[in-house]
Amino acid sequence: MLEFALDTRRGAFHLNVQCRFAADWTVIFGPSGAGKSTLLRLLAGLDRPDRGEISLDERELTDTRRRIHVRPGHRLTALVAQQPALFPHLSVKANVAYGLAGLERSSRNARAEEMLELVDATSLAGRRPRDLSGGEAQRIALARALARLPRLLLLDEPFSALDGTASDALIRRLQEWLREHTIQTVMVTHDATDAYATGAEVALLREGRVAAMGPVETALSAERLRIVQRLGGT
Amino acid sequence: MMDWQAFTLTLRLAAVTTAILLAIAIPLAAVLVLGRGRWLAVLEAVATLPLVLPPTVLGFFLLVLLGPRTAFGRGIAALLGHPLAFSFAGLVVGSVIYSLPFAVQPLVAGFAAVDSSLLDAARLLGAGPSRVVFTVLIPLARRSLMAAAVLSFLHTVGEFGVVLMLGGDIPGATRTLSILLYNQVENFDYAAADRTAAVLLAFSLVALVAIYLGGRMRGRRHA
Repeated sequence: MLEFALDTRRGAFHLNVQCRFAADWTVIFGPSGAGKSTLLRLLAGLDRPDRGEISLDERELTDTRRRIHVRPGHRLTALVAQQPALFPHLSVKANVAYGLAGLERSSRNARAEEMLELVDATSLAGRRPRDLSGGEAQRIALARALARLPRLLLLDEPFSALDGTASDALIRRLQEWLREHTIQTVMVTHDATDAYATGAEVALLREGRVAAMGPVETALSAERLRIVQRLGGT
Repeated sequence: MMDWQAFTLTLRLAAVTTAILLAIAIPLAAVLVLGRGRWLAVLEAVATLPLVLPPTVLGFFLLVLLGPRTAFGRGIAALLGHPLAFSFAGLVVGSVIYSLPFAVQPLVAGFAAVDSSLLDAARLLGAGPSRVVFTVLIPLARRSLMAAAVLSFLHTVGEFGVVLMLGGDIPGATRTLSILLYNQVENFDYAAADRTAAVLLAFSLVALVAIYLGGRMRGRRHA
């Protein structure tokens, strides 16, 4: 279970959120500039909040009052950003194995191959990132993040370069694998169809505040109405 | 006739200085790029100071510091069995300090140009600062590392003021090519000075052409 209460300012932007995510898959939905990526960076430990706490399965990851801040990479938390950020000087397989430095070479190879298979990218193992399409690079970034078997997976619009069908198929396969490995997932998106596709719990983020939270049908009812109207329905 | 003793001494001094400089400059540049805090501005200023300080001033300070008038100089002399000033080891110390900006500045520029999202990715994958430096920053800033090494080497080959102040002119110990050239001109031996100056010029030119050629070929491969 992921719990956080965060209060932080970035220039004129003010993020003030308090949430408890118990579902396997939670979507943070909101328009651009709502604070979604800022929130994910705080949860991943890349940035520190001005004030607040973050805990995962009752383990304190951040607590500004007690000056606790577990470093990224030691929080059992993985983040896949919209930009895949693959290491350009390493092969695809070496990228996926980068976070497995503590394992023996054979285990490292086996895990990297397993992850490449999960994202349907076994044939890309020897390629360099510059030879990948946007969608392929996003799949490799996902495989790299999952290779360390985190407890919490943070996804920042990670499928934006995949077409709808490929994205839905990958999400379905991913959801099953994550459930098997008891990995909780938080995905941010500004695309309501992503939220509906996962059938998840949704937190609606607006201007740095949680405006609504609950099952997708409830939390995004107003958004659904807007989409239907835009498509010319009633 | 070429003074091979001065030639090999100069190369030895430049090689040792470059090796020590890289060992110091890589972590220093990484701290300057990855670190946070106002004290880094002070650190960067100190690391850049030898660039603007006249070499004779730097040489004089080192001569005093390493000489018998200070406790530090006396301590070093007791430890080594001889004073550091007017010795090869003393020249190495002076050269490292004098050429520090020439190693640090290219590395800072190269490290700072690496996409910060790659550094975030490495940190998220559990890499500590030294692994980030050796597996991400250095491989992606290879050209800057090469430039830092070549500039440090060439700058040491050509240094004069610090060497003269700190090392004097002891054949086999502190007489480098630039000191030799100075002596030859002072003795009106222009034929020998021509040769020494030509060696220094050719050496610098060939090394710089190699850097720029390498950079251009690399740039073309990535185009």
